[in-house]
Amino acid sequence: MAAVLESLLREEVSVAAVVRWIARSTRGSEDNPGEAAALSSLRPLRKEFVPFLLNFLREQSSRVLPQGPPTPAKAPGASAALPGRPGGPSRGSRGARSQLFPPTEAPSTAAEAPLARRGGRRRGPGPARERGGRGLEEGVSGENLPGAGGRRLRGSGSPSRPSLTLSDPPNLSNLEEFPPVGSVPPGPAGTKPSRRINPTPVSEERSLSKPKTCFTSPPISCVPSSQPSALDTSPWGLGLPPGCRSLQEEREMLRKERSKQPQQSPTPTCPTPELGSPLPSRAGSLTDEPADPARVSSRQRLELVALVYSSCIAENLVPNLFLELFFVFQLLTARRMVTAKDSDPELSPGVLDSLESPLFQSIHDCVFFAVQVLECHFQVLSNLDKGTLKLLAENERLLCFSPALQGRLRAAYEGSVAKVSLAMPPSAQAVSFQPETDNRANFSSDRAFHTFKKQRDVFYEVLREWEDHHEEPGWDFEKGLGSRIRAMMGQLSAACSHSHFVRLFQKQLLQMCQSPGGAGGTVLGEAPDVLSMLGADKLGRLWRLQERLMAPQSSGGPCPPPTFPGCQGFFRDFILSASSFQFNQHLMDSLSLKIRELNGLALPQHEPNDEDGESDVDWQGERRQFAVVLLSLRLLAKFLGFVAFLPYRGPEPPPTGELQDSILALRSQVPPVLDVRTLLQRGLQARRAVLTVPWLVEFLSFADHVVPLLDYYRDIFILLLRLHRSLVLSQESEGKMCFLNKLLLLAVLGWLFQIPTVPEDLFFLEEGPSDAFEVDTVAPEHGLDAAPVVDQQLLYTCCPYIGELRKLLALWVSGSSGRSGGFMRKITPTTTTGLGAQPSRTSQGLQARLAHAFFHNQPPSLRRTVEFVAERIGSNCVKHIKATLVADLVRQAESLLQEQLVTQGEEGGDPAQLLEILCSQLCPHGAQALALGREFCHRKSPGAVRALLPEETPAAVLSSAENIAVGLATEKACAWLSANITALIRREVKAAVSRTLRAQGPEPAARGERRGCSRACEHHAPLPSHLISEIKDVLSLAVGPRDPDEGVSPEHLEQLLGQLGQTLRCRQFLCPPAEQHLAKCSVDLASLLVADQIPILGPPAQYRLERGQARRLLHMLLSLWKEDFQGPVPLQLLLSPRNVGLLADTRPREWDLLLFLLRELVEKGLMGRMEIEACLGSLHQAQWPGDFAEELATLSNLFLAEPHLPEPQLRACELVQPNRGTVLAQS
Amino acid sequence: MILTKAQYKEIAQCLVSVPPTRQSLRKLNQSRATLLSIFSQEYQKHIKRTHAKHHTSEAIESYYQRYLNGVVKNGAAPVLLDLANEVDYAPSLMARLILERFLQEHEETAPSKSVINSMLRDPSQIPDGVLANQVYQCIVNDCCYGPLVDCIKHAIGHEHEVLLRDLLLEKNLPFLGEDQLRAKGCDKTPDFILQVPVAVEGHIIHWIESKASFGDECSHHAYLHDQFWSYWNRSWTGIPIRENGEGKYRDVRLHAGLEKPCLLRKGFRGV
Repeated sequence: MAAVLESLLREEVSVAAVVRWIARSTRGSEDNPGEAAALSSLRPLRKEFVPFLLNFLREQSSRVLPQGPPTPAKAPGASAALPGRPGGPSRGSRGARSQLFPPTEAPSTAAEAPLARRGGRRRGPGPARERGGRGLEEGVSGENLPGAGGRRLRGSGSPSRPSLTLSDPPNLSNLEEFPPVGSVPPGPAGTKPSRRINPTPVSEERSLSKPKTCFTSPPISCVPSSQPSALDTSPWGLGLPPGCRSLQEEREMLRKERSKQPQQSPTPTCPTPELGSPLPSRAGSLTDEPADPARVSSRQRLELVALVYSSCIAENLVPNLFLELFFVFQLLTARRMVTAKDSDPELSPGVLDSLESPLFQSIHDCVFFAVQVLECHFQVLSNLDKGTLKLLAENERLLCFSPALQGRLRAAYEGSVAKVSLAMPPSAQAVSFQPETDNRANFSSDRAFHTFKKQRDVFYEVLREWEDHHEEPGWDFEKGLGSRIRAMMGQLSAACSHSHFVRLFQKQLLQMCQSPGGAGGTVLGEAPDVLSMLGADKLGRLWRLQERLMAPQSSGGPCPPPTFPGCQGFFRDFILSASSFQFNQHLMDSLSLKIRELNGLALPQHEPNDEDGESDVDWQGERRQFAVVLLSLRLLAKFLGFVAFLPYRGPEPPPTGELQDSILALRSQVPPVLDVRTLLQRGLQARRAVLTVPWLVEFLSFADHVVPLLDYYRDIFILLLRLHRSLVLSQESEGKMCFLNKLLLLAVLGWLFQIPTVPEDLFFLEEGPSDAFEVDTVAPEHGLDAAPVVDQQLLYTCCPYIGELRKLLALWVSGSSGRSGGFMRKITPTTTTGLGAQPSRTSQGLQARLAHAFFHNQPPSLRRTVEFVAERIGSNCVKHIKATLVADLVRQAESLLQEQLVTQGEEGGDPAQLLEILCSQLCPHGAQALALGREFCHRKSPGAVRALLPEETPAAVLSSAENIAVGLATEKACAWLSANITALIRREVKAAVSRTLRAQGPEPAARGERRGCSRACEHHAPLPSHLISEIKDVLSLAVGPRDPDEGVSPEHLEQLLGQLGQTLRCRQFLCPPAEQHLAKCSVDLASLLVADQIPILGPPAQYRLERGQARRLLHMLLSLWKEDFQGPVPLQLLLSPRNVGLLADTRPREWDLLLFLLRELVEKGLMGRMEIEACLGSLHQAQWPGDFAEELATLSNLFLAEPHLPEPQLRACELVQPNRGTVLAQS
Repeated sequence: MILTKAQYKEIAQCLVSVPPTRQSLRKLNQSRATLLSIFSQEYQKHIKRTHAKHHTSEAIESYYQRYLNGVVKNGAAPVLLDLANEVDYAPSLMARLILERFLQEHEETAPSKSVINSMLRDPSQIPDGVLANQVYQCIVNDCCYGPLVDCIKHAIGHEHEVLLRDLLLEKNLPFLGEDQLRAKGCDKTPDFILQVPVAVEGHIIHWIESKASFGDECSHHAYLHDQFWSYWNRSWTGIPIRENGEGKYRDVRLHAGLEKPCLLRKGFRGV
């Protein structure tokens, strides 16, 4: 590999040829035969070139640049482990760093051999041939490098080699930022490439929820050693092939690694220029080193490499575009470099010949290289968000190294409208109760309905608790909520309940997380990007604030692992805690269905020539709609992937060998949870990749290690790789994919390729002739891909890691020392709305084609308006029919039923039979519905269309639109009505019948007609509750126990009964239960009056109620019972043994009031004589004291003996009474 | 009446040892309704806490024996009521306990809940005359439990709902009542759902639920749990309101200091 680079550096081959060679493009006809020959010998290594190049650059920069681990020891032992180069041991001068290269043991020794021996230097035709070479005009202005005289500076392993010590280095061994790139590992197999850094032994952390090992930030070396330390034991960069390490060593490394983790505090403990004084131990300056174009050391070589690198990026030969940009930005913003004591950059100004000398010898080199690369990628840069552009344009290094690029960036900034909004996320909200799906009719039983009702409440309770607590330290989801969730899931016995719950779950998920704000949560300091909001000036002061506010984010960086940010975490943890197989299955079903539905949604298509302002407004809406659909899809797919691959994921490393084979055999039998391959193929064919691929990536990002090895998914990956390769940003043409669409796809695919479970070799091993991909797309003239549906907002929302670029620049401006354990997470929320209902395309035939053609020439808003009107009017039509025709029929049914009941008597026959009769009579009337519906649509639609379209719409267009709207609305309404009207009538009639029959049933008296209050009533009567309470007090006084001074005045009693009358006459506040209790209490009161048990307040002489007063009160009660109570009054209680028994306690007994009452009852028709006789008869059966029974018998006889006396005669009982004086004495 | 939390606590402290009978509550002369409401709530909390200990079979047996002994001595004395007060249990609940025990003894099958309830509503149905009187005495003397108190509470609820309805009509705020909501198939129904939401002190209000009892924190939380969150769960934000102390609602916007936690919790979560 190095051979290629070297021959390139020696200009034996041109950059273009190399790139063609790598891409194996067919456009290589102009290749210089010499170049071809040189390269063809290297053919077997073609695949490995890009990984090699990338690793090479990382390695080189890490030597020069900030943030890596300290320069590794150049111990001779290390050189022994040089990656399988034949000459390795003797060429150890490349240092341990080179072991980061794919240790290769490929048999192609021919490739390597010439490298060392090749002495001839010739100046190539210059790199400007290559596409992107335009940047060189500015770049090649410096000194002329004495390239030919290049010499190798030092021998192998020479300790005197300039070793550069870095302060504040970009963390090259930070796999989060620079995930290793595939290459060929050593080992007997020798074919499987491995990642750049082999010792990534921490497998325990590969659990689902945690960032993958290779994404964890490596420790920041707090005080970078200024010396090459012989004692350096850092695992990073030692580059020993994994085979060399014993397990013990790995453990040791892991332990050290862990011990260093706490150092990743939000702010580096290293002193920064703002915070502390320079470390005296450092050899070099600690202030930002100014970069000077004049001091670039090997300009030409840098140009060449930059060109090759840029070309690889441009041709999508690198896995992740934004990762490379991030790297380049890091180079651009490298702060300072401290040279080792023995180094003298001036010694090697002309080193050009090989890779032996460091590529980047100074900050100047880095910046120069970065600017070179950036120049080639201006187009991508210009499509970044406005904030990034501003920071770039303001970057003084850029200005210094390439004023031209800076000018273009400034222009791009000024023209940019790509403001990524930082709006606060909307607060979470519950899914509303949907009567269509949530009411009783959708449940198998009352029980299921009520269970679901409870579950809904438990679910939200859990959700709220999570919202309140999940940010508290020490709070644990499983501990806090796990058992409650499982208990709730345990109640979901019926399958139907599961689907109900899953629907709720999914809706809530979409509602809370679909908006990017929801994904970000509302953690302080997390929501808006403080740095970018405040701009550069006040950042010095902010720095300290930032230090306090920001928690380290382990998932930041340009390649974060798949995570569940914000609210999504709740749903993930819920699934995990519930650990319910049924739930997961239902959830997968539901998610798959929704994904299919959304993926198939007919999104409006772009008319490319429609450029006026109006369509611009429309496009806003369409973009928004696309964004909503896309974000929803991504969210659903993410959870689908999570649940679907959940059973297969575990912390253990992927299986190998036979075990793997058997697992593969087994897994290949399992049908995929969703046929994503077909969906992808269709999406590609229909040119809807921009919709399909982003969600597919989310889905695949949760795949387990075995998945990419399965044929089914391998096909998918191959398709994706080909797509990736085909998305060359510089190729823009009519009908092809829009730039930002491409950028989105590149970003998400690049991210996917960095996921640990995606095999590292996949990207580089795949032979993907990019052109082949283009052929099989039999596309409609304008697919979604060609429509400008993606804007920066969506791009940044889907790929928040692109925002890392901006942070890098912002941090450069802020002067903070950068990579210190975590960036703020970037939130780029958009406001999203719920999915609008999508009109279905049902119309067919010529008329439909005509309508289609009509819309084609009109702005899309017209079509949307018409479809919207049709949809609404159609729906309203159905509602209208329900409220009019069906309601009429129901009324008819009710009256028919009444007739039926009258003719058939009480029973009325079997309800089912009744229903049948009614339906057979009424359902034929349903046919009217269609005519009525048609009429309704004709009447309503044109007005709505007219109101919604612009005033200026031409008359012909307007009338056509109206007609189409009428047609569509009618079609919709009639389709529904003809299918459902009979069932609807039946259902409503059935409900009416059961209502009527129920009302027929019990308590006919209760149904007695109720009078309201009189018209003049002003509702000032005392409240029933007050009266019950008052009467209750009187009752309790009477029943006792009471204090000696307690009692009621007769006036109070009278007043009370008066109030009772008022309340009963004003029925405003009276409810039936209250009336029932009032009736019963009044009867109790009467009994107490009769038995003279009410303690009367006053001087002791009047301690008992005067008989006349008692009668007056009884009269009032009788009149209330007769006139004012509308419900039944339990008068028979007057003669219940208990109430009559009250008389037994009084001495002397007075029966006259009872007799009076009984006569009045009969008189007023409140009770029949027979009824009273029966009650009296049953009284005899009770056990009474002897004398009481006698008196009772006398009373009965008296009552029965004087049937029709108009004027009651009452003194009869007094015969048996002692006089009142003795009574008082006794009491 | 608006009370601060501290005032409320103080009152509750004083009320803690009072039995729930008319006689003892006579002493609470000042603004009786409010005090009674507070007392009632505190007492209910108290009963909830101690409920279990009265329901052990040993406790029931001992109460029953004491009751039997008491009525044998003097059937006219308030045996059951005194017993309840003595053991610090609500008289109505004591009556229920003894009645259940009595029926168990005198009938072969265990009495159903509905039979017991119906006997408590109308003690005339109790086969034993003495017990009937004792039970009746307990019920009319109990200010916190029992069918009469339940009815009063229900009536108050209904009255307040009517008042609220009138107020809404008066203010011309269209609404859907509970019955209409039930007809639509809603599983949980606040008193009123406004067809057009209104803003109250900056909060968007969808529903109004009238609560007649005094809004102490505990009951508020209980309601939150049982009802208010259920409404929220169905995407309705709203306002529970209470009587303002004089028995009239002047405005929907009642000063309900204790309602604030509900309203202000996370800005009441939007609409």
